[in-house]
Amino acid sequence: MVLRHWSRSRGDGVAATLSSTDATAKEPNHQQSGAMAALKTMPLVTKAALAWLLFIIGAAIYTRLDRLFGQALPLQDPFYQGFLFGGASPTETPSAAHWLGTDVLSRDNFSRLLHGAWVSLAIAATVVAFGVVIGGLLGSFVGYVRGRWETVVMASMDVILAFPPLVLLLALVAIYKVRSLPIIALLFGVLSIPTYVRIARASTLGVASREFVLAAEAIGTRRVAILFREVIPNVLPALLAYALVNAGFVIVIEGTLSYLGLSVQIPEPTWGNMINEGRRDIRQTILPVFWPGLFLTLTVVSLNMLGDWFQQRVAVREAAL
Amino acid sequence: MGKILTVRLARLIAALFAVSLLTFLLVEQLPGDPVFALLPPEALHDLATIERIRTELQLDDPVLVRYGRWLTDVVQGDLGKSYITDQPVADAIRDRVPVTLELALLATVFAALIGIPLGALCAYREGKRVDKAATGFTTAALSVPSFLVGIFLIWLFTLKFRWLPSSGWARISTKGVVANLKSAALPALSLAFAPLAINARLVRADMIGTLKENYVLSARAKGLRNRYILFRHALRPSSLTALTVLGLQLGALIGGTVVIETLFALPGLGSRLISAIYQRDVMMIQGITLFVAATYVIVNTLVDLLYLLLDPRIRRQ
Repeated sequence: MVLRHWSRSRGDGVAATLSSTDATAKEPNHQQSGAMAALKTMPLVTKAALAWLLFIIGAAIYTRLDRLFGQALPLQDPFYQGFLFGGASPTETPSAAHWLGTDVLSRDNFSRLLHGAWVSLAIAATVVAFGVVIGGLLGSFVGYVRGRWETVVMASMDVILAFPPLVLLLALVAIYKVRSLPIIALLFGVLSIPTYVRIARASTLGVASREFVLAAEAIGTRRVAILFREVIPNVLPALLAYALVNAGFVIVIEGTLSYLGLSVQIPEPTWGNMINEGRRDIRQTILPVFWPGLFLTLTVVSLNMLGDWFQQRVAVREAAL
Repeated sequence: MGKILTVRLARLIAALFAVSLLTFLLVEQLPGDPVFALLPPEALHDLATIERIRTELQLDDPVLVRYGRWLTDVVQGDLGKSYITDQPVADAIRDRVPVTLELALLATVFAALIGIPLGALCAYREGKRVDKAATGFTTAALSVPSFLVGIFLIWLFTLKFRWLPSSGWARISTKGVVANLKSAALPALSLAFAPLAINARLVRADMIGTLKENYVLSARAKGLRNRYILFRHALRPSSLTALTVLGLQLGALIGGTVVIETLFALPGLGSRLISAIYQRDVMMIQGITLFVAATYVIVNTLVDLLYLLLDPRIRRQ
């Protein structure tokens, strides 16, 4: 069983499984519930992770608003090349004018990093939405109804899972010349559904044999109502814990595509293409690679830590049921 | 055992079949005339070539007929030929596989050699400073993309210390083993980061349990040295887990080499895929995708079977 989990959910799943087996389970407090109480029991590093994610989400929203208002908000223009129009030279070190220095083309690093957050987050959010809504519904449905539907759905999911994650994406992006953000996000979303289906189904199988489901069936509740009122609310926490870890994985994959120049095209900044641009001048300075690398890694680490933390809380709740 | 084997093999064949169909449809579903996608733009003025290729590929036949024909060719090792470079796809794959395979194997070895002792050390020092530092490291290593690791390794070992080359491949046949290992060291190490962290975490979790067993206590009571207990008594039951994961990692690494080979300019399968993508060489993309996916499926099945062979508890279920 354990093995199946590894082999089907691949690298990202392994991270999730590992951290859950690795969990040095904190003593839970059953009396406390709700967001504030959750925040209070959160370890300091996890709080830092949450703060970083909020910062990145804020950056993505802020830069979108900035574009909406024609760059009226206080932030440097991410496309302004100082060596052409005056004001900055290439690969400057951090200063008051350019907090994190300038890149190879003398554009402000800090501004580009904030603008780059949008692509990563938009894709991660699409994947999570697709996975949790479509994958979750499909998985709980076939897990609860069983029978022929289950066989058909799971077999077709296995076909997508048979490909190494990056390779199928590369082939699709390359053959169909996909370069725009909405379509790339859509592609990521669709391709990530299978793992969510697997997790939702597996956890539905467990929930469906619980007493409260049997009781609901015994008093003659309609099966649709049981699915939505009893099964799905209990499947959701596990799915969300996976979604956090998966979001990190997706950001890495998008970064890889961007780095290869196969995602959103330059000059639009993404963390991946910033790394690629900075790499060319690595002999002079590593800073233009270091900053986007740091942002990317910190974001993924934060998502993983938050996912681990959430997983532990879910596991505790499960045990208490 | 025989029954399980049959079921697994049937599933393997079904998966391979499905993968081949999907890869075929990938190209088949291209919008517009397939000839336009296959040929480079400059060859499209030549109506005679277009007609020749149309008859050569028998593009007017129904889809299923063409799939059948394509599959028959594939099973016989014929993946078609590139219309950009005129090279048979199977030849290109044969040329490139050794490099990718060596990288993947070397990365697995690194991941085992560093990850397993690291995990054992963490378990032995559970909760101490070493353990906490190593856990922080594995969390980071699991999150950081491999190409980023690669760039930093290049910066550190090539630009700062000037120890190792940052690009190119020294073949064993022409340059010897040492040069070959030198050119493979950095790429393999960057690939090894994630599996290394996985190994360390797995072994740690597993050994924390094992170290609490009575036979470890009795070994301690006998006065055996710590190192001996750790590696002879405690690590052995955990090696099964590690072994399976190593196999799985090999499968995942085959996909992961794509970026690393491109970064280090190595003549492997992954960099060929990327150059095919830049050249829009559809036949090459299709062939390599099929090959990589098929390898992935087969390796995963083999690992499942290996696990079955090694752990009698699963066989009985």
